[in-house]
Amino acid sequence: MPEEKKQVSTKPAAAPEKTQETEEKAIALKPLRFSAAPHLRDADNVPKIMWDVVIATLPAVLAGVYFFGFYAVKVLLITTISALFFDWAGMKLLGNRGSLFDGSAVVTGVLLAMNLPSSAPWWLCVVGGAIAMILGKQCYGGLGNNLFNPALVSRVALLIAWPSAMTTFYKAGNIFSQVTAVSEPTPMGVMKVEMMSNGTVIAAKGISIWDMFVGNIGGSLGEVSGLALVIGGVYLLLRKRITWHIPVIYVGTVFLMTGIFYLINPDKYINPVFHVVGGGLLLGAIFMATDMVTTPVTKSGMIIFGIGCGVIAVIIRLFGSYPEGVSFSILFMNALTPLIDKVTIPKPFGAIKEVANG
Amino acid sequence: MIVLSKRTFRGGVHPHEYKELSEEKPIEKAKIPEKVVLPLSQNLGAPAKALVEVGAEVKIGQKIADAGGFVSVPLHAPISGKVTSIGNFLHPNGHLAPCIVIEKGDGPQEMELKEVKGWEKLAKDKVLDAVKEAGLVGFGGATFPTHVKLSPPKDKPIDTIILNGAECEPFLTADHRLMLEQPEGIVEGLKILMKITGAKQGIIGIENNKMDAAKALADTIGDDKDIKVVVVKVKYPQGGEKQLIKSVLNREVPPPPGLPMDVGVVVQNVGTAVAVYEAVRYNKPFIERVVTVSGRGVKESKNLMVRIGTLMADLVDQCGGVTDDVDKIIMGGPMMGLSQFDLTVPAVKGTSGILIMRNGDTQTYEEQTCIKCGRCVQACPMKLVPNMLVKLVDNGRFEEAEQMNAMSCIECGSCSFACPAKIWLVQKIKYAKAEINARRKKAS
Ligand code: SF4
Ligand code: SF4
Repeated sequence: MPEEKKQVSTKPAAAPEKTQETEEKAIALKPLRFSAAPHLRDADNVPKIMWDVVIATLPAVLAGVYFFGFYAVKVLLITTISALFFDWAGMKLLGNRGSLFDGSAVVTGVLLAMNLPSSAPWWLCVVGGAIAMILGKQCYGGLGNNLFNPALVSRVALLIAWPSAMTTFYKAGNIFSQVTAVSEPTPMGVMKVEMMSNGTVIAAKGISIWDMFVGNIGGSLGEVSGLALVIGGVYLLLRKRITWHIPVIYVGTVFLMTGIFYLINPDKYINPVFHVVGGGLLLGAIFMATDMVTTPVTKSGMIIFGIGCGVIAVIIRLFGSYPEGVSFSILFMNALTPLIDKVTIPKPFGAIKEVANG
Repeated sequence: MIVLSKRTFRGGVHPHEYKELSEEKPIEKAKIPEKVVLPLSQNLGAPAKALVEVGAEVKIGQKIADAGGFVSVPLHAPISGKVTSIGNFLHPNGHLAPCIVIEKGDGPQEMELKEVKGWEKLAKDKVLDAVKEAGLVGFGGATFPTHVKLSPPKDKPIDTIILNGAECEPFLTADHRLMLEQPEGIVEGLKILMKITGAKQGIIGIENNKMDAAKALADTIGDDKDIKVVVVKVKYPQGGEKQLIKSVLNREVPPPPGLPMDVGVVVQNVGTAVAVYEAVRYNKPFIERVVTVSGRGVKESKNLMVRIGTLMADLVDQCGGVTDDVDKIIMGGPMMGLSQFDLTVPAVKGTSGILIMRNGDTQTYEEQTCIKCGRCVQACPMKLVPNMLVKLVDNGRFEEAEQMNAMSCIECGSCSFACPAKIWLVQKIKYAKAEINARRKKAS
């Protein structure tokens, strides 16, 4: 015991002439870690956040596999592997910082797959992964630096380059009976065609809301089941990976706006519930519009972002030529995010009062 | 009277508290050290000017250095003995700084406390003089001279004194024990502070993890209508002056150069209140304070009543020494405290804790890229946007950082604590503040 004590108690400098001795004794204490405060850090880190997002996609992914069987598995696997590969390649090529295992490439891969139709051929998945990682992420400098959501950049690029491959949706079956490669338009597609051709929405009204909610419809692999998406969203909320602001306000804005149009003319415009569950809105609002990197950091910024997304999506859906406006709306607001961040910088503590006083 | 405050400040974080290590340990008198090392600069502002020379015999409580200006305080001998050296020694801030070294002699090592006759009826300025002469600085760590805080200009009337008993830093329990063991001193000190400033109201702010302390103080206050205990939420940095004022009174101190006195408030630490009381009633100078010695790297955590200038090594020895895998030594709390090179550093007037961390208790992380998650923004109690500030600092754009209110940062470290990418936010903002200050000086 006394020995041990001797080892640790570094007898300190008394006077400058004694420093020699002090130094010798101080060495008994092995080199200490030295750093600036704070010395405690939260246990959370970037990989934990990313893997949590992957977990949150599971319900929707499983729903996709249930409805589209092997086709869904194929798209998911190829897209994710492609994303991982091109993330790695992009990092090497461009010398960006980052790690393949921080989960961000898997998140992008899975989200992109969820945005593809289950009919997507293998090469479309590979090209999609490449566009997302190289053009959408690494070209900007890697994780954290990209302006646009990489999965959406890729989706929109594919949609423009190969419109028919991107809009051939298989009819939902279920994995236990056979899934057949019979194509079926999405509810939003049905509505759009009808609206454009004769200005009514009668056939679209025939689609069961319940089918749309559980996912028994044609559509992208991960967007069909609103129920599964909401479960994933609740998980993200509970784990504090997202806040409610963007998803709730985005969906709320769409509901409200389409609701107004519906009340004005229910023959020409479909009901708001259809808009919420019939297309890619829930996938977009819960998973794509909550991507931290490409959305505002302040609460008020998030609110603006959500409203903007909602308005743009509705305008495209009702008055544009595309049946779906979710991807475009989010990309558009992504572009505005730096600006939103700038104008929503909070007033510092104490400054508001001062303004009020004088 | 105990009031539970429903209000709190925006932001903040919740680090693990680790207070259980020492909160049940009564304050223990540390051994009188064989030697003390007393930096002349232990206060914010000008350093003190030495009054003694090498070889001089000094008696406990004797003034050995005089205040170096208005924003400065005198220094007193914490033990009786002989001045053996005046020279540069390692200061807790990591620099070599001029210090007076006293080696223990035969004289008395306890102060004889004589009550000042009629201390209760002393005039305001006499009381203020007593505080000034005692060399008091804030106990919380910022070490701002107490008498300066208590002398606001005429056009800034003070209506409230808040005693800060929040002690929001993890590990530290010195204030908690003090509130439990010396509630009379605290309440008397508060009354004196109210008298000096003419404040009508006295409030003791405590976090709600110390209800026993709140009760002890409330019992001491009895039915005095002017004084109350306000219990606030546990949240770091609740003990920040501006945050406490917001939580307790719902007043916001304007941004720098705004001070609490601009909203009619003076905040003092509970430890300072006891010291003020003892200075006024017994003329006792600032020669000792309570220090929490804790952390998993020390055999036994303790709250010690420590003579100023005692070396950390002596204090750690009294707690059973350090374990073999000691990894980091911190003076102060883990959120704002200073990392130390070794144990040859003295406890000074602003030392509230000495923390010995073992391997794995603290880590240094490599900085990753910001993923713009906004956690730093949500955590900042001053409503700053740390991630954008740091982008500007990284690019040397200090003017823009200044426009984005970098100077408002209270350096609490909440942003760095919260950041999942482990970015050195507060560290870089501190750097920006220093740079901005330097540029301002150059310009003027
Ligand atoms: S907490 Fe870190 S990663 Fe998140 S926005 Fe702030 S600096 Fe970026
Ligand atoms: S920016 Fe300053 S005040 Fe805000 S959390 Fe970081 S250290 Fe604290």
